Amino acid sequence: MLYAQPRPGQEISTGKLDWLTVGLYTACVFAGWFNIFAAVYDPELHQSIFDFSINSGKQLFWIGSSLILILLIMIVDFKFFEAFAYIFYGLIAVALIGVIFLARDVHGAKAWFEIGSVRIQPSEFAKFVTALTLAKYLGDNEIKFDDTRTQLVCGAIIGIPALLILKQNDTGSALVFGAFILVLYREGLTPWVLILPIIAAVIVILSLIIEHLYLHIAVWVIIGLVILNLRWKSPRNILMSIGGGAFVSAMIELVGFFMFNVLQAHQRDRIMVLLKPETVDQKKIGWQVLQSKIAIGSGGFWGKGFLNGTQTKFDFVPAQSTDFIFATIGEEHGWIGGLIVFILIIGLLCRIVSLAERQRDRFSRVYGYSVACILFVHFAVNLGMAIGLLPVIGIPLPFFSYGGSSLWSFTILLWIFLKLDSHRIEVLSRL
Amino acid sequence: MKDSRRFVIQGIFILVGIVYLVRLFYLQVVDDNYKSQADDNAIRRVIVYPHRGQILDRNGKLIVINESVYDISVIPKKAKIDDTLSFCNTMGVTRQYFDSVMTIATRSKYARGRPTVFLKQLSVNEFAHIQDRLINYPGFFYTSRAVRKYPQPTLANALGYIGEISEKRLENQNYYRQGDYIGISGVESYYEEQLRGQRGVRYVMVNVNGVEKGAFKEGTFDTSAVAGENLISSIDLDLQRYADSLMTNKIGSIVAIEPSTGEILTMVSAPSYDPNLLVGRLFGKNFSELQKNPYLPMYNRPIQAVYRPGSIFKLVQSLVALEEGVIDPQSQFACIKVPMKCHSHPSGHNDLHNAIEWSCNPYFYNVYRRIIYAQSSGNNWRDAPIGLMEWNKHVKTFGFGTRLDVDMPNVKRGFIPDTAIYNRSYGKSRWQFSNFYSVSIGEGELNVVPIQMANLAAIMANRGYYYTPHLIKRIGKNGNPLPQYQEKHHTSIKPEHFQTVVDGMEDAVKRGTVWSKARIPDIVMCGKTGTSQNKKGEKDHSVFVAFAPKDNPKIALAVYVENAGFGGFAAAPIASLIVEKYLKGHVDRTLLEKDFKLRNYMPKPKVDPKALKKDSTGSKPKPALPGFPKPDTSKQTKPIIVSNRTQSPTEKN
Repeated sequence: MLYAQPRPGQEISTGKLDWLTVGLYTACVFAGWFNIFAAVYDPELHQSIFDFSINSGKQLFWIGSSLILILLIMIVDFKFFEAFAYIFYGLIAVALIGVIFLARDVHGAKAWFEIGSVRIQPSEFAKFVTALTLAKYLGDNEIKFDDTRTQLVCGAIIGIPALLILKQNDTGSALVFGAFILVLYREGLTPWVLILPIIAAVIVILSLIIEHLYLHIAVWVIIGLVILNLRWKSPRNILMSIGGGAFVSAMIELVGFFMFNVLQAHQRDRIMVLLKPETVDQKKIGWQVLQSKIAIGSGGFWGKGFLNGTQTKFDFVPAQSTDFIFATIGEEHGWIGGLIVFILIIGLLCRIVSLAERQRDRFSRVYGYSVACILFVHFAVNLGMAIGLLPVIGIPLPFFSYGGSSLWSFTILLWIFLKLDSHRIEVLSRL
Repeated sequence: MKDSRRFVIQGIFILVGIVYLVRLFYLQVVDDNYKSQADDNAIRRVIVYPHRGQILDRNGKLIVINESVYDISVIPKKAKIDDTLSFCNTMGVTRQYFDSVMTIATRSKYARGRPTVFLKQLSVNEFAHIQDRLINYPGFFYTSRAVRKYPQPTLANALGYIGEISEKRLENQNYYRQGDYIGISGVESYYEEQLRGQRGVRYVMVNVNGVEKGAFKEGTFDTSAVAGENLISSIDLDLQRYADSLMTNKIGSIVAIEPSTGEILTMVSAPSYDPNLLVGRLFGKNFSELQKNPYLPMYNRPIQAVYRPGSIFKLVQSLVALEEGVIDPQSQFACIKVPMKCHSHPSGHNDLHNAIEWSCNPYFYNVYRRIIYAQSSGNNWRDAPIGLMEWNKHVKTFGFGTRLDVDMPNVKRGFIPDTAIYNRSYGKSRWQFSNFYSVSIGEGELNVVPIQMANLAAIMANRGYYYTPHLIKRIGKNGNPLPQYQEKHHTSIKPEHFQTVVDGMEDAVKRGTVWSKARIPDIVMCGKTGTSQNKKGEKDHSVFVAFAPKDNPKIALAVYVENAGFGGFAAAPIASLIVEKYLKGHVDRTLLEKDFKLRNYMPKPKVDPKALKKDSTGSKPKPALPGFPKPDTSKQTKPIIVSNRTQSPTEKN
């Protein structure tokens, strides 16, 4: 046994818990709860925040049950998660395949198991399971990350659940698996994995809003300049430059094909409403984002006050207790409220990264980075959509949005890491 | 090397956070657009309309009131009906009607949450039946609106009507909005500001489906409506209705004034229409039909019909001559029937008194000649313009040729000849008395409107002054009339000159030109007949001005009946009946009253004869005017009479 034997009772000892993270987590969850209440509150009915017929009452139940989950995580041995990672992975893969065949179509996505009135979304749990699996795989001291085979296995670990979720037509959740690119970058993957997607995104956006002819001219002018300035004008370098230019030109032309043949109509609309609002019917396509922006924008600097948001109270923003919860925050608490939420979120993310860095084993560190990056992608995509910077992608705002599956999965995701962190000293002893 | 990647990742987190916060700052603080859009979304401005002021007669009887009509609406989402059959019975509708309305009301999810009108424009009586039971049917509610209602179908033109404000009136003002109602004519228009009250505003919040969700900020920004002022009219409603009945089947006007105040007691424009026609749903239809009617029922004759005054103008000529000193009461001129004809009358002692009593044309030819040539330089071309302008100045102090500031819009001013008109016709210094001598007996270029004639009667009654005639004596229960109606206007004639003329008027009624039947046995009425010449082939218009009693007069009036011939025979008896009714409260001369109610002086319509159907007897044309009661041809031919109808057409619809 390489690991030091923990003394009985030490597992639940909270002395080594990172209380700053716990505090940020609690603040987010309760801030979310109050805003869920504000979002569903009907001044005519004058409900209580504890009313179980409305989402805030139900969310309280989810918060309570999350507390039980936290206790369970605290009780089990911290090695449990590493030991069972592959088994979890197998189970979740089965669940993800099963849901494709068994689930009912809800808003075009087949993502939920329905057991009675409870709906469970396996893709939510796939996130932490994938994180655990990736961490366990990379945590093996035998593994050399520079090895192509290792990188391919990592790609498979991430790609399999992502593709299965994509198959469920839940694009938003699949997109979240892109977060692992950041994790791999931290573990030594070339920076090009970050730079190339950004360049590609810029090219895609430009090709959607600018006449292609101008883009081609621009591309070839740049290529020409590059060739002229090459320090070493070998045929190979020149050929490489021309090849790069040809690739970009082809990409520009292929964006249209991609838009019209790969993306679905509503996805295409969501992108176009952002890039070229004048080309789509704002009443229909842009409605949700427009209403979200109106709600947030009307909040002003100080906000309208708790339960005083007119847009929020009168249901102008669709899905405002779930994916568009930030519309409620922005309207009732203004820019200041937004600032506080951002401080909570950025603080939490940076804290997790710091915690990850202080881990002495790779398993915990990779897992910690996975947690930070998954949360980051959720925050970035969800908030970006609410303030009209990104196309509408239906993923929740972690800890804030209403919903049992999402609160559970984010709680598990974060608390496993807190559990691992609290045992980092014991891990040290194995070295 | 890999440790630095930690900062790259944290840097990305913070960079995204800052970009988002900047964007958020732009949305929330910099760009104001979203605030107004949010208000457009969720706050609806509801205008609370005040009750328009009512109008009462001088004795407190209601002339114009507001009547509530009730719409019953349903919000299907909240509606719960256990027994549809009994519900239909309560509402007085059929099952088919219920089903058809509810189908429309529930056509979409959006419609289900919003009110749909279930029953429209219920009267108070109809609604009273439903009101108590409405509470048993959640989701059904009523809204009430006020519409104008006229208990007596009279005074349509004087009161005017209200209607939606026109595009043109909407410009350059900021009180009214599209779709607001505004007084368009008559008193409703003149007293618009007093009647309309002060509008209130209510801000309510609405949800995404447009359903009202209560007051915005507990109504902090709401303003309540202030009801309009009630107007107390000087009209005597009983006298008005009586005068209406006398003008049945006649075209013309009656204006009766209380001389000591200028208050209009009665104002008839005949033919007229039931003011209830221009209320509510049928406004548009009725309005266009009234406008097409060849008898012009919407023409407000007392203030707009311009006539030649005829012989009643001899009163003015006498007074100006006396004031100018060109005659005295004893001046005599022989009735030589030249240059204008005269009727046979005793003329042995043809002084001023006698001339007025018998309306002697040659006498006033001479009087007017003296006025015009008062400045006797011997050169008629030069003297005539000076005399004319002197005379013109005097006449204008009687309110002739100027717009009397009556409390109604569009009052006509009439015309008193001046040098300009003859200079235009004949050239400067190329005309003299012989060019316009017919003015001496109220013909020629003279033009007056009936209210000016009535005002002349009031001046005679007051012996020299008048108050501008007006319909509204008080604004609000304890208010005053508008200041311009408290101002005494003196004519340029000294009071002592009236003596002889008034005596002449007394005898004109007692034994002169006035038909003997027009004499009231126990009341001393002073009057002057007139016959306003008409075009060839048409009967002359009959005019009569009078006041009574002679001392301390209570009523002065002018009656003008078109195409009724000599003034003493038609207008005078009608005037005498009104005077008797007003002074005694009842009329003893019932035979005369019946005779004049039945007389028909209606000419054949001049306009668009094709639009009129001849009735079976072929004797009188009958206007094709749906909505008007059919004339009862068995008793009397009534081509179009609206003034004495008891049943209003709106009740039938």
